[in-house]
Amino acid sequence: MLSKLFVCIVLSFVLSSCGKKTEQDGKSENAGLPGTKVGLVFDIGGRGDKSFNDAAYKGLEDAKKELGIEFEVIDPGDGADRESALRRLASKKEIGLIFGVGFIFTDDINKIATEFSSKKFACIDYSVTPASKIPDNVSAIEFKEEEGSFLIGALSALTSKTGKIGFIGGMESPLIRKFENGYMQGAKNINPSIQILSGYVSVSPDGFKNPGKAKEIALSQYAGGADVIYHASGLSGLGLFEAAREKQKLAVGVDMDQYKEAPGFVLSSMVKLVDVSVFKTIKAFKEGKFNSGVTTFGLTDNGVGFVYDNNNKNLISLEVKQQLDSIRTLILEGKIKVSAE
Amino acid sequence: MEIIYSVFSFTFLAQVFRMMTPYYLGASGANFSERSGVINISIEGFMNMAAFSFAVFCIMTGSILLSLILAVIVNILFSILFSMFTVTLKINQIVTGVGFNLLIAGVTKFLMVFLFSSSSNTPRIFVGYELSDNITAFSIALIFISGYVLYRTKFGLRLRSAGENPWAAESLGIKVRQYKYAGVLISGVLSALGGIWLVSSQHNYSDGMIAGRGYIALAAMIIGKWKPVNIFFACLMFAAFEALEITLQISGAEIPTQIIQMLPYLITILVLIGFIGKTKPPAADGIPY
Repeated sequence: MLSKLFVCIVLSFVLSSCGKKTEQDGKSENAGLPGTKVGLVFDIGGRGDKSFNDAAYKGLEDAKKELGIEFEVIDPGDGADRESALRRLASKKEIGLIFGVGFIFTDDINKIATEFSSKKFACIDYSVTPASKIPDNVSAIEFKEEEGSFLIGALSALTSKTGKIGFIGGMESPLIRKFENGYMQGAKNINPSIQILSGYVSVSPDGFKNPGKAKEIALSQYAGGADVIYHASGLSGLGLFEAAREKQKLAVGVDMDQYKEAPGFVLSSMVKLVDVSVFKTIKAFKEGKFNSGVTTFGLTDNGVGFVYDNNNKNLISLEVKQQLDSIRTLILEGKIKVSAE
Repeated sequence: MEIIYSVFSFTFLAQVFRMMTPYYLGASGANFSERSGVINISIEGFMNMAAFSFAVFCIMTGSILLSLILAVIVNILFSILFSMFTVTLKINQIVTGVGFNLLIAGVTKFLMVFLFSSSSNTPRIFVGYELSDNITAFSIALIFISGYVLYRTKFGLRLRSAGENPWAAESLGIKVRQYKYAGVLISGVLSALGGIWLVSSQHNYSDGMIAGRGYIALAAMIIGKWKPVNIFFACLMFAAFEALEITLQISGAEIPTQIIQMLPYLITILVLIGFIGKTKPPAADGIPY
């Protein structure tokens, strides 16, 4: 009897700990107005990953400041939690627009969007496939990561002294391949004989949150002669910055400016303006001009780019910067074609 | 050819030993617990808890030694709770283990948001590289320590008897429950070191950073057939395959890395089926006494 009671206690603990935590931000007085609030569900890694999710959160905060919207976010655990988190937000009367941050949401959003046809949905990094149709109330936001990565590849090749550069991907997936392919093309554009040492953390989404393994991959790549390593691996990337500090070599960040992770060793970061995309989507939604279908952010609208500021000025010489700017123009003019595959 | 050279290099070996550290600490811990008859599948959770508390104490106190001691104490408390459930209250050990894993995953995330308002990582901590190196050295010494304790001491004999035949042991006046508590406690302390190793090499704690290492430790324990030296080689195998996978990826070899990633698990299954000798867990393993 007593043991059964204890099982119950443990289980209730467990259940409450798996339960998702909802944060409510903003004032509560107009929370009641139906369809005015914005909901967002985070990707693996969650808020505070100093990368992708934080960028999305920044977009929400900007929108709150400038557009006066209110928002509610959920940091889901693993697996099926994502779908139930979306459903929970969608079923709230006051929420009109729901974001899913990350390509992993693609199928979940498709499913929930058809169930809640009166609500609007947006998915960042939505993976567009010819086989499946995007529901009418979904805005699929895509970035041309390959274009930003192309510039990073060129920058790495121009900076490398050994003729070897590295790449670390999180999960082996079409999305991360886009980063790698752009990076390779950019580097080969500068130095056709450059060697790219590439490694993936995992074949499952765990690859985005295993800094221990990413550090080992980075250490191996540095030992193999690479002197600049670029990562597209979310939270795992912290391992790369650890390795860069330890070996005093260069690393390139992703999604957000990651200079602070290893000051002095971060050559640049490929920034994906996730915050701008979130902000723009909310703005359009508020003005009643919600754009369903695919929206692509690329170099043309500064949706992707690289960091060049006071922090890394001394790592990138003026000639290199000028060269990158001319490559950028060539891509914009269509004279350099960057392919995602 | 280049691959063969890089496999026999010092960097490769150093990498294998680094990766082996959390596996072996977790696996020897689990071994002590199972030898006393308690299946402890919450090694993952224990590692997670210690990793998190070590990072928090480092930020709070600034002293590495103090944080190390405090993190181990936190794990001892959790181990006592675990033994209370499984030994005193005789709750199913697997259920309790799963419960602890989930509980700790939730508690760490909750506290992280509470303390640092980030659900994914803590601020950077300042720990020298000596700590992780020392833990690696300790884990190698552990082969001899755990072998000695289990097979050459009175304590070890009694601990094993509690896992093999607690009824006979009790009839000879051995306080079986105390030994079961001790087994779980040792598993808590050793897996704590595994978690602390990860944090000290990463210089921060991030959510989910244990990334299944606790479960791999359990697999290594089974492959090693509950024997300290064999477990060590099993852990070494897991680490070597992982390092090999990295090396192969970097070399751009045409072999699909998924196959290399799969191999250690394939071996685990083969061992479980009984292809590589017979695996026999302690006779009273998992049976509440």
